[in-house]
Amino acid sequence: MKGVKFVDIRDAGDPVEIARRYSDAGADEITFLDITASSEGRETTVQTVEAIAGQVFIPLTVGGGIRCLEDIHTMLNAGADKVSINTAAVRDPDFVRRAAERFGSQCIVVAVDAKKVSEEGEPDHWQIFTHGGRNPTGIDAIEWAKRMVRYGAGEILLTSMDRDGTRIGFDLALNKAVSDAVTVPVIASGGVGNLQHLVDGVLEGHADAVLAASIFHFGQYSIQEAKRYMADHGITMRL
Amino acid sequence: MNKIAVIDYGMGNLHSVAKSVEHVGQTEDLDLRIDVTSDPKIIANADRVIFPGVGAIRDCMSEIRRLGIDDIVADVIERKPLLAICVGFQALMDFSEENEGVDCLGIAKGSVKYFGGKLCDESGHALKVPHMGWNCVEQATDHPLWDGIPDNSRFYFVHSYYVAADSSETLAGVTNYGLNFASALEKGNIFAVQFHPEKSHIAGLALLKNFLLWEGVQ
Repeated sequence: MKGVKFVDIRDAGDPVEIARRYSDAGADEITFLDITASSEGRETTVQTVEAIAGQVFIPLTVGGGIRCLEDIHTMLNAGADKVSINTAAVRDPDFVRRAAERFGSQCIVVAVDAKKVSEEGEPDHWQIFTHGGRNPTGIDAIEWAKRMVRYGAGEILLTSMDRDGTRIGFDLALNKAVSDAVTVPVIASGGVGNLQHLVDGVLEGHADAVLAASIFHFGQYSIQEAKRYMADHGITMRL
Repeated sequence: MNKIAVIDYGMGNLHSVAKSVEHVGQTEDLDLRIDVTSDPKIIANADRVIFPGVGAIRDCMSEIRRLGIDDIVADVIERKPLLAICVGFQALMDFSEENEGVDCLGIAKGSVKYFGGKLCDESGHALKVPHMGWNCVEQATDHPLWDGIPDNSRFYFVHSYYVAADSSETLAGVTNYGLNFASALEKGNIFAVQFHPEKSHIAGLALLKNFLLWEGVQ
């Protein structure tokens, strides 16, 4: 069973209204990432999470500015089902271990923002970046994903920083490399511009779920169209 | 007034459960009072009780025992309907393999087992653990909580451990993820589900509505 997830990161309107509309339209999960939280030191607004959770009865992942166990506790109590950890995991990898022990792996998502660093003609190689893709860390993306799973991450949200916002499709080689290397679900993110990209993410990129934002936010495709298209290409969907 | 108590033993996401029940109450025009509580008096006075659970079983069981939730649950099931969800369901069993083995409440016979690393689908592809996502539930009984829900509807699951119930127990629902496991179990006033009805959109909300209307076996 593959999922289609949705992320709200830009000025696409009221996140609560968008989340409700997508849920009614058949989205399988909602991911609410406040990507500016980490760089501006601003906490994701708990009130928004509470409002979404009060109206949307499908799984909700919240990310952005999750730094300590108390942040996780606050978000889960506000109605999040999972939290997505990125910068804090890079700063202190053991945080993921403590979080998984305290709350269970099922609610700990580690967001891996990867960028290709190999030159043309070299074997593919990706490193992870923090702060919305601005800060390089020198850490190998595949090894990092494996380590995070060993520490208890229950899911990897994998974003290609090269593809994010480009609409030219996922980095399928990156996706496949990570998905085949870990034992937990991998959500592919970054670069979706059409419905075939979603299919490619699953069939070629071995993603367990695909995440797309702009193709839905701006009305290019409906969620039902996307799910129907994926089902027509042999992917099991909740229709 | 239909009084619903959601048992709070400090293990996360009760907001979703309470909110989803509140939502069903509004859409069905039911006069509900919902308390998220560990107070034995409020739970004893409730008409229906929800026993949720998230997280690792060892921590759940230690909080359940510390707060006396074990005695409360034992009392509730003698008198009124109880809906157990996810780890709440697992806590009802005899024993869980999680955290190097944890004794549970022993209200239903059977154990809770790890999905294991060699899980495969029918065509031999490796399956990932946790089992996370929407999966079909085959209804094994005509329990009132299934009213109006099509057989094999998809519900949302997130778990690495599954209930392997003793054959003396009545499975209400079966799901396949590399193997068949008890996705729902019925026992007197208890209806226990491995999936999250509060996260399962239309089918999940229908099950919650049915629970709000179920009188139990008395």
